[in-house]
Formats: sequence, C-alpha cells, structure tokens
Amino acid sequence: MAIDNQELIRMYRTMLTIRRFDERASKEFRGGSGTVPGLVHSYIGQEAIATGVCFNLRLDDRIVSNHRGHGHLISKGADVRRMMAEIFGKKTGYCKGKGGSMHIADFGIGILGANGIVAAGLPIATGAALAAHLEGGDKIVAVFFGDGATQEGEFHESMNLASIWKLPIVFVCENNQYGVNTHYKYAVAGGSIPRRAKAYNMPVRSVDGNDVVAVYEGAKEVVARTREHIGPYFLEFKTYRWSMHFESDAIPDMRPKEEIEAWKKKCPIVRFGKKLLKMGVVTEKDLADINDEVMAKIQDAVDYALESPLPAPEDALEDVFSV
Amino acid sequence: MRKITYTQATMEALQEEFRRNDRVISMSNDISVELREEFGEERIRLTPISESAFVGAATGLAGSGFVSVVDLRMATFAFVAMDQMVNQMAKITYMFGGQAKFPVLLRMSIGAGIHMAAQHSISPYSMYMNVPGLKLIVPSTPYDIKGLLKTAVRDPNPVICFEHSALAMVTGEVPEEEYTLPFGKADIKREGQDVTVVALSQMVHEALAVAEAMEKQGVSVEVVDPRTLVPLDSQTIKKSLAKTGRFVVVDEACRTCGAAAEILAQVAEDDEVFRKLKATPQRVCGIDIPIPYSPPMENYAIPDRAKIAAAVNKVLGR
Ligand SMILES: Cc1ncc(C[n+]2csc(CCOP(=O)(O)OP(=O)(O)O)c2C)c(N)n1
Ligand SMILES: [Mg+2]
Repeated sequence: MAIDNQELIRMYRTMLTIRRFDERASKEFRGGSGTVPGLVHSYIGQEAIATGVCFNLRLDDRIVSNHRGHGHLISKGADVRRMMAEIFGKKTGYCKGKGGSMHIADFGIGILGANGIVAAGLPIATGAALAAHLEGGDKIVAVFFGDGATQEGEFHESMNLASIWKLPIVFVCENNQYGVNTHYKYAVAGGSIPRRAKAYNMPVRSVDGNDVVAVYEGAKEVVARTREHIGPYFLEFKTYRWSMHFESDAIPDMRPKEEIEAWKKKCPIVRFGKKLLKMGVVTEKDLADINDEVMAKIQDAVDYALESPLPAPEDALEDVFSV
Repeated sequence: MRKITYTQATMEALQEEFRRNDRVISMSNDISVELREEFGEERIRLTPISESAFVGAATGLAGSGFVSVVDLRMATFAFVAMDQMVNQMAKITYMFGGQAKFPVLLRMSIGAGIHMAAQHSISPYSMYMNVPGLKLIVPSTPYDIKGLLKTAVRDPNPVICFEHSALAMVTGEVPEEEYTLPFGKADIKREGQDVTVVALSQMVHEALAVAEAMEKQGVSVEVVDPRTLVPLDSQTIKKSLAKTGRFVVVDEACRTCGAAAEILAQVAEDDEVFRKLKATPQRVCGIDIPIPYSPPMENYAIPDRAKIAAAVNKVLGR
C-alpha cells in the first residue's frame, strides 16, 4: 500500500469526523437541544466511500452531493461549524438557513449543490463536467448518488449524455442496497447496477465500500483516468446504512435486524483503525487522541450553531435572484 | 430604419452575444446551422433528445462559470424537464444562500394556431410565474426580442424566453446599432386615451389591429405590452389606467390562474387605481381546454379580434 502514513491518519480522522458529526446531528435532531428543525439523513456506515473518493480530488474538482450528503461535504473539506449551523437553521449556516441538512454546500470548495430530489444532481454534475471539458485542463467532477437513484430517468439521461460527450465525470453509486425500504435486487431489473453503466459504454468498477483503502485505491485509478478527459467512469460501492432512512420514526425501518447487525460488524472505521494499528501507523493512544480531538471539534460546531443567531423572517426575501 | 423578421432578430441577438462572450454555450436537439458554422460544435452543442439531462446540464454549466443558452423548441417538450427547471434551476440560487450565479437562458416556442393539437400547443408562462427564481420574457416584436434576448444572456439568473410561433415571420424595425432592453419595463405599443388594453405576446398584434379599427370609430385605445412577466412592470399599467379608467387584459393562455388574472389582481389591489376605474375590468383569454386540432375549434379556443373588440366595447359601455 503506497499511501503515506499521514494521509492514512487524515483519512481516519475524516471518517471519524463524519461519524461523530452525524451521531451528533441525529441526536440534536431527536431532541438534544430541541432546536433542530427538519430531517437528518445519516451517513453513518458509509464513511469510507466519501472519504476514499474525495481524498483523490483536488480543491478545484467539483462534486455534487445528495440528500445523504454530510459525508461528502466533510470529505471535500467543508467547515463543520457552518454545516451544523445550517442544520440548526441559523443565519451563519452555509446557506444562511435556506437549505438545511439536505442542501448544505460550499461552492467555494467545489461543491455544486446537494439535492433533495433523487437523481436530480446527475444532470447538474454532467453540466459541471461539460464546463471542465470546455475549459480543457484536467479538472473532473464526481457525483454521489444511491442505488435508488439508478431507477430515475435523470440517471439514465445523464449517463448517456456524459458518455456520448466523453465528459470528465465519475459516477459514484453508493449502493447501500436500499432506497428507504426497497431492496435494489427488487428495483433493478437484472439485479446489477454496474451493468447499466456498461450499457452506456463506460468503464465500471465495483469496490467494497466499507474498506477505505480499497475505495481510495480504486478511486485513485479511476480519477487518474478521468483526468485525461477521455470519458466518464462508473464506480459502485457496496455498503450499508446503519440508521433508518432518516432520523424520524415517520418511516419505520423494515430491514432485517440480523442484516443490520451483521453490517455493523463490518464498521469501516473500526476496520480501518485495526488496520492502522496492525500496520504500526498509529497506537491505541493515537486513536483515542484523534477521537478526543474530533469530539471537541463537533462540540465546538454545536456550540457555534447554538450561539449563532436565527435568520430574521425577512431574510427569506433575499437570494431569490442574483444581482 | 431596416425591417427584419422576429426570427432574424433572434438570430442576430444570439450571434452578437456569442461573439461578445466566448463562454456562452448553446445546447439543443435542433441546432441552428448558422450558429454552428460560426461558433463550432463545442459551443453550439447538439444534444440527444434528453431534456432533463441537457436542461440540468445547463444549470451545472452555468454554476461552473459559463453561460448556458438552451433551445427547447416547443414549450410542451419542456415539461419533460420540469424537475430540472422547477426544483433545480429556479431554486438553486436561493437554496444555497446565493453562493453562486446561474446564468441560463431557456428558449421555448408557445401558442396555438399551428394545427398540431394539444401536445404541441400551449402558452404556459403563468405556470412558471408561480415558480420564484425564474425571470420570464414574452417578446412580441423583432425589436423587443433582440433587445430582451441580449439582456437575458447577460443576466446572472435563469431566464425563460417564450416565443409565439406565429411571430416568427413578423417583421419590424430593428436598428443596425447594438442595443439592449431592460427587464421589468413595459412598452406602450400604442398611445390612447379611452381604454387600456394590456396584451401579451402574439395578442399584442391582435390588440393593435383592434385599436386601429376602433380609432376609426372614434375610440382611442392604449395598448400596453408588459414584455416581461417576471419582473412585471405594473407601474406602467397603473399609470395608463389612471388616465383611461378602463381596463382589458388579453392573453392567449388559459384563463384560470393566468398571467391576465395576475395583472388584473395587481391593478385591482391598488386603491388609487381601483378608485379611478370607470368600468369593471375584463379579461379576454384562452378557454380552459387543451388546444384542439381542427381549425374551427382551435380558433375558437383562443382570443381573436372580435372578442377583444367586444371586451373593449363592454368597458366603454357600448
Ligand atoms: C424524485 C424523488 N422521489 C422520491 C423521493 C423520496 N426519497 C428520498 S430519499 C429516497 C431513497 C433514495 O434511495 P437511494 O438513492 O438508494 O439513496 P439512500 O437514501 O439509500 O442513500 C426516496 C425515495 C425523493 N426525494 N425524490
Ligand atoms: Mg440506497
């Protein structure tokens, strides 16, 4: 494995930041401070994917996120304070409280939105890839979406368009196997998502989405090829979401208990931590220190969100149009 | 001054803006040969018939530092891309707190009168008036479309241009020199003293014909063309009404919840204008039916000069 030790530690810290961020966001939503409106779609269980992919991206590469997007943002380098403030509906949030959990984005670091409409980010990402193509150079776009999104027309149209125009985009499918409670084997004709990408004439790679090193290595080659601007690439990561579809009892979790428990045993963070220990990259103490540091950072983000002012009602009138 | 057609004026506007800014990119599944020859296939992009994908791509491209110009052809085809227009393009500036600009121009043709039935005939601008975040323009003359399209390409927001198919061959004076027209500025197409007729798109021409005919009967009709629906220049309309006190709104689109209803409501809500009204305002609109194929029914579905004249006579108490 040719990943620098410091890089490995940074990846571990990123994954843990996502985990702690979403644990805390979920807790706050479920009544912690009693002040979080809306919904939280937890990324817990899928941390290796955003981390492994985004660690191959540059600041000027663009990503497009979806409803389960906190992990994508943190991996791309977003500020957890402003993320938490957005979830709390505060004026200091990334979108000044106009977006909330499903729509956090930092355009300044190449995040071109996060979408509440399943698969709707794919056409937008395709347009961003067209921009990269027209500019020349080696900039790329990565778009994140779930298994459920692959049944939408926008998915198919975008894959086709990106392929015929040979756009520099990586389609990142996080196959957590369910769209809410619907299993992909039921929803996908033929049962294979990568086969769909092959039909659109693009190379495909399926990788264990719970092994961050495998994700990183897999994405590395894919990103390198995509930088040549010779066409799109499709990456499928098999994984599992630990929480319910979102943090609310409005939709019960119908997935088998044993299945959930079995996947929790494949925790990408525990697995990576063990690997780092075995490799001698870190000690138990190092891991504990990282956890303390991350916990402090999340606490700081919550404090920031709590102390931040709410928007004034009339702030709603701003930003309908750009000037 | 030279006279050119609506279509020629449209082409000139696009050519000038494509020359002015090489980051303006066009996408359509029916590209103009003229534009392609001058600007090449990278900028004048032929798309597959994938409205969701290329309308969405227009947003992504615009948010990445380019200017997107999309010709959807018929307004009915645009409905296929409704998510990308309504949920994405219109809201993306707002939802992310104004972090980025999204200069997109969507062009689509509207209107009945082409004998192609309901899936190829519609005037849906009022549906989009209900979607904050979109600017909407309805140019009725070669002069207006040239100036407004040039402004649209330079606007940092999504703009939809609705082009009535019956206008394509209409000619009008267009100066050789460059000019742009502001959004939110209605144009008084004909001055008059007795009745204010606000008309949209192709109906401007019908209203003008009626005004001309009524002049001979000693009735002076003022014809106001809002030119843009978002933003809407209700001030000019109100000013005209303060003078005439009689109000008719003409729109080919369906009557229910149409642009005509909105214009009428904005006027009626104004205490000062309301007090000055000498007669109950009238709407002359399309009937609430899908546009039928056969000409007798098709013509019946939309306003004509007789219906406009009847409304004018009604507010005059004749
Ligand atoms: C067009 C549309 N239909 C339905 C929904 C409701 N919805 C939100 S997330 C979701 C499931 C998406 O599944 P998947 O793409 O696999 O992503 P995951 O939630 O598993 O991460 C659904 C049905 C939606 N947001 N948009
Ligand atoms: Mg899923």
